[in-house]
Amino acid sequence: MSAIRIQQLYKAYDGVAVVDGVDLEIAPGEFFGLLGPNGAGKTTTLRMLLGMTPIDGGQVEVLGLPMPEGERAVRERLGIVPQFDTLDPDFTVIENMRTYAAYFGMAGPEVDSRIDRLLAQVNLNDKRGARINALSGGMKRRLTLARALINEPEVVVLDEPTTGLDPQARHHLWRQLRALRASGVTLVLTTHYMEEAEELCDRIAIIDHGRIIACDAPSRLIAEHIEPWVLTVGGTDAGEVLQRELGPKDRAHQVADTWLVYTAEPDRLRERLRALGHEPTLREADLEDVFLKLTGHELRD
Amino acid sequence: MSGDHPILPRPSLRFVAVWRRNLLVWRKLIVPSMLGNFGEPILYLLAFGYGFGSLVGDLDGMRYMVFIASGIICSSAMFTASFEGMYSAYTRMAEQNTWLGMLATPLTLDDIVFAEAVWAATKGLISAITILIVASVLGLVADARALLALPVIFLAAFTFGALALVITALARSYDFFLYYFTLAVTPMLLLSGVFFPLTELPGWVQGLALALPLAHVLEIVRPLMTGTWPAAWLPHLAVITAYGGSAIILATYLIRRRLLR
Repeated sequence: MSAIRIQQLYKAYDGVAVVDGVDLEIAPGEFFGLLGPNGAGKTTTLRMLLGMTPIDGGQVEVLGLPMPEGERAVRERLGIVPQFDTLDPDFTVIENMRTYAAYFGMAGPEVDSRIDRLLAQVNLNDKRGARINALSGGMKRRLTLARALINEPEVVVLDEPTTGLDPQARHHLWRQLRALRASGVTLVLTTHYMEEAEELCDRIAIIDHGRIIACDAPSRLIAEHIEPWVLTVGGTDAGEVLQRELGPKDRAHQVADTWLVYTAEPDRLRERLRALGHEPTLREADLEDVFLKLTGHELRD
Repeated sequence: MSGDHPILPRPSLRFVAVWRRNLLVWRKLIVPSMLGNFGEPILYLLAFGYGFGSLVGDLDGMRYMVFIASGIICSSAMFTASFEGMYSAYTRMAEQNTWLGMLATPLTLDDIVFAEAVWAATKGLISAITILIVASVLGLVADARALLALPVIFLAAFTFGALALVITALARSYDFFLYYFTLAVTPMLLLSGVFFPLTELPGWVQGLALALPLAHVLEIVRPLMTGTWPAAWLPHLAVITAYGGSAIILATYLIRRRLLR
């Protein structure tokens, strides 16, 4: 049985489709990433998954239960790290944990020892009595994660959990997520950080205009959707040179005053550019290149 | 499959967890909170009771202070519950994302909205109890029948809390609540028999007052506090209940439409 199964999911606001025929199947224990530009339909898809947005069409099953009918039973077994801070500012760290546990109908010494364990796990044991406003952004995220794990969830859903975090805090969160993955928990993550998705996820779906446009393991997405090498050339005048020197299968793309050349055979072009006084840099193509190729370079709101 | 949700809310017993959350926060802020819910009405009671009382003499066959004690209890429950259902609930809904956090757990919006109305009722009841204690110390309460007023006040405060939640569902900012206070709460306060008998007003104003819930609350509570039995309590209770029932259904529907879209 799949942990999550989405079929022909559809959602429209004021007649405009924001999720338009999404099919997804996520296996138990999988770490799944949902990527897409702003407004692509990621968060709406997640919200329908969690029973927080009515479904206009299609089917969603979580842990074998249909949504939204099964919302109570499903959320009982789910951990949710929302995009925006929903910690209770009227409570301290430990009170936040206890209150959240009470929402699951959990209380007593067993829960208290679980809370101790979770707070230790996210390095917040010495902040038990701190008010939420006294916590840094990273601490709040860690507390939100600890809180989401209070019910020992089978599936954890994280909506842009590392947005706004410093690199230290981000890496700390990554370690937590990897540990969860190792313990057999299914994880669903949305993020704008491609290296994060590449680093963590077993499989990634790229969603745009409400549709899934690619879905595979990160390495396979890179292998299938993009040339293996990227040459970066600075200076706007590089355009002319590239027009002459570009191989038949190469693609060049201008971003601000830099040219990106996607190619399978970078050596000849690099030598030619050097001979003409340019200083191209060569790197391997990554998930970000795939993402930009599939969703375009234009700004999204 | 459609996203249609049944119109009638189906809260579960889990609502108690939400109610307890509000209770725990209230306990932390008990001093300023009690001052607001209890200090002000007591001031009204003393100032109007002694100040006006000496001018007015007896009213409906009772000392003026006895007359307004029951009025102040009811209006204070109305104000407390309305405030909680608007300013405090709005803060939890729109400013602190408290409800959104709850929706990540097995709680549903039906549970949350119902819990907020019950919590508003609880605060209304707390305020009524404290005033009742002071009133009985001052000798303004006839007999133990006054205790029977408390469940009625709890029901009434639930109704006022649920009505306030309807306004909260529609509010885009705190300023919006002034409309409701000016157009509904203050007219009810002044026209429902809190400070003077309803019968002093022109017939059409009486009709207007009886179309709103507070007058019906007073029709039950005042006799109970002054040592008689309310005449025809059932229709009054029916009006309060009808308002409360409709308001909780409408509030849940509107808040669902607002948050879960």
